[in-house]
Amino acid sequence: MSRHTLSVLVEDKPGVLTRVASLFARRAFNINSLAVGPTEVPGISRMTVVVDADGDLIEQVTKQLNKLINVIKIVELTPESSVQRDHILVKVRADAATRLQVTQAADLFRASVVDVSTDSVVIEATGHPEKLTALLSVLEPFGIREIVQSGTLAVGRGSRSMSDRALRSA
Amino acid sequence: MSKGSPISPSLMATKSAGAPKAPERADRTADHAVVVADLAAVSPVLGPNNVVPPTVMTGSQAIVRSLEELGVDDIFGLPGGAILPTYDPLMASSMNHVLVRHEQGAGHAAQGYAMVTGRVGVCIATSGPGATNLVTAIMDAHMDSVPLVAITGQVSSGVIGTDAFQEADIVGITMPITKHSFLVTDPNDIPHVMAEAFHLASTGRPGPVLVDVAKDAQVGQMTFSWPPRVDLPGYRPVTRGHNKQVREAAKLIAAARKPVLYVGGGVVKAHASAELLALAEATGAPVVTTLMAKGAFPDSHPQHMGMPGMHGTVSAVTALQQSDLLITLGARFDDRVTGVLKTFAPMAKVIHADIDPAEISKNRTADVPIVGSVKEIIPELTDAVRTQFEAAGTPDLTTWWAFLNNLKGTYPLGWTEPDDGLTAPQKVIERIGALTGPEGIYVAGVGQHQMWAAQFIKYERPHAWLNSGGAGTMGYAVPAAMGAKVGEPDRVVWAIDGDGCFQMTNQELATCAINNIPIKVAVINNSSLGMVRQWQTLFYEGRYSNTDLNTGHDTVRIPDFVKLGEAYGCASFRCERDEDIDATIQKALEINDRPVVIDFVVSPNSMVWPMVPAGVSNDQIQVARNMTPEWEEED
Repeated sequence: MSRHTLSVLVEDKPGVLTRVASLFARRAFNINSLAVGPTEVPGISRMTVVVDADGDLIEQVTKQLNKLINVIKIVELTPESSVQRDHILVKVRADAATRLQVTQAADLFRASVVDVSTDSVVIEATGHPEKLTALLSVLEPFGIREIVQSGTLAVGRGSRSMSDRALRSA
Repeated sequence: MSKGSPISPSLMATKSAGAPKAPERADRTADHAVVVADLAAVSPVLGPNNVVPPTVMTGSQAIVRSLEELGVDDIFGLPGGAILPTYDPLMASSMNHVLVRHEQGAGHAAQGYAMVTGRVGVCIATSGPGATNLVTAIMDAHMDSVPLVAITGQVSSGVIGTDAFQEADIVGITMPITKHSFLVTDPNDIPHVMAEAFHLASTGRPGPVLVDVAKDAQVGQMTFSWPPRVDLPGYRPVTRGHNKQVREAAKLIAAARKPVLYVGGGVVKAHASAELLALAEATGAPVVTTLMAKGAFPDSHPQHMGMPGMHGTVSAVTALQQSDLLITLGARFDDRVTGVLKTFAPMAKVIHADIDPAEISKNRTADVPIVGSVKEIIPELTDAVRTQFEAAGTPDLTTWWAFLNNLKGTYPLGWTEPDDGLTAPQKVIERIGALTGPEGIYVAGVGQHQMWAAQFIKYERPHAWLNSGGAGTMGYAVPAAMGAKVGEPDRVVWAIDGDGCFQMTNQELATCAINNIPIKVAVINNSSLGMVRQWQTLFYEGRYSNTDLNTGHDTVRIPDFVKLGEAYGCASFRCERDEDIDATIQKALEINDRPVVIDFVVSPNSMVWPMVPAGVSNDQIQVARNMTPEWEEED
């Protein structure tokens, strides 16, 4: 199974997320992560769906997604041609004795401390999933209390805009 | 491709029409990607597109008016609390509303209506249980790509989500079994939603669309004008096949020595039978028609090999298995056709033409995919084949035909007389077809009688054979026949039903009798759930767990189908002897002022043959129990 990142432009209508999610469930496609939010165009949302699938299957995934009436356009973003980022918030145990070590570790990953209490800190980090995994393994010995992670966000490199082209043709 | 590469350009084309020089083109399948369908030239709003200036009315009046403007003549439905407002203006409408006895009947009736007329079938139900009673029919329409619009009432928008009386999330429930669905809470949305629903249901790959209208949207005031603006930026079906792909297909056809036209229900939906006949005769290739395509190509035509699949003819199944080229038109490589997929037609290359890109290479990888309507693709392919044959010579199919004709002659469809002395069900069905003729409409339930009706009635025209193919819905026949008769009142419409199926939806006989819809129902009464019983005979050592229905010979006969038919105001007969079959059918054919029910008491021991047992290759087809044809040596 290989990992594919799909950018999906959808109409911002009630139930569209349910339609996408239920399609994956019904067809037994495997979602690794899903992130959705508004775009620069009013009425259009963009989903970034990371799917584990082989070649034939990813084609089926795309075709089935395209059959959803609210789906306007799908593009696969390859790692080489796109910027892909995950976002993470980690609450780590950190008292007076260990706080400095924890914040230094965060600095090394260009992560920032966004909340401090007497016995914990919250660290915010953005990056490739691999980088975030590495950060977590460094923080792990201090004691991780909570992890909150976004789905992957991805955008194609260069000046072209996916929604721009989609709307011109629509 | 530094800016992100789309996976399937054919789909990109679907979704980004009007961009023939689309920048996002991948190499692999780019050649079937062009969208030519100029949707702008044809209004997406069905009906005559009368101009209606802005008029203030209620949401319910807008629903009725929209249906009228969309050209709807007939509706099947049953009112209830949440749809009550809409039933009021419906009373004053010129549209014919058929009041059913169960909402499932409304759904199947709308399907039957759509299947014979090619128009969108319309059904209406109330919220909650009314809507959920439509679910089976919606799912059936989804599996068999039937254009259907289901309108349901919903509780008022203010109480949606509070578990209000008769509240059900019918949009959520039907999401996986509709082509699309709408929840309307603002009455001003009604005209465009209705137009969009009809456009979606009837174009591209047809299918069911649900319109759920909250009660306050029906009661509220709105401003109606027509035609509305259809706004579906994500919906652009490709209808015209790509030229280069069509030429590639023609090349494969010219090179093939064992081609087969594998024809599915899409050809019926696209009304492309005449085009298919021309292609078949141009190529000289054998034709197989799937269960959904019976009648798309005349059964009497010498190139017709029959129906493929689990209960297909030896000639059709073997033609596919031995083929070197499948010319697949509007078919979907369903498991009932292919058997074990990896052993299906192992030597064949595949041309696959379908309007739904997702069907192509879903089950079997296509060598030449063509996305588009078979109505447009088939004539182009015929022309390309003729050109190719003129240039490269007409392929010699003599050996192929000798092989196939030998099979057809050696293993014709037939049956053996049952060992219990009772009537053979196949005989009853064969006689119904013979005495009624090809202009009749035949609607089957699901099970043994369905397979026999597919096998032993001769179909010479499309839209004459209706059944629940993909879904396999027992209970389809009576209500679907009712809908078919409303759509085609001048044709004889037979529901060929089983004793099990008939007991699921026979309350619509009341609808038929009261509304003067004189269908004819032949209950092929073998006193059991026959197909299940057949499997129990073959695969469960004859342990008949829960398949005896006690309706037949030497049983308590509950219910008595003759009395039941009479109670519903139908002319009702029982036929138990071979010598009475023809006379009983004739009697039924002469009655046209009310529905007819005939209880044909037949043997429970008859089985459907040929059969490819589940889970084995089509090469293991049996013509009778444990009898596999002897294959000729291949040269």
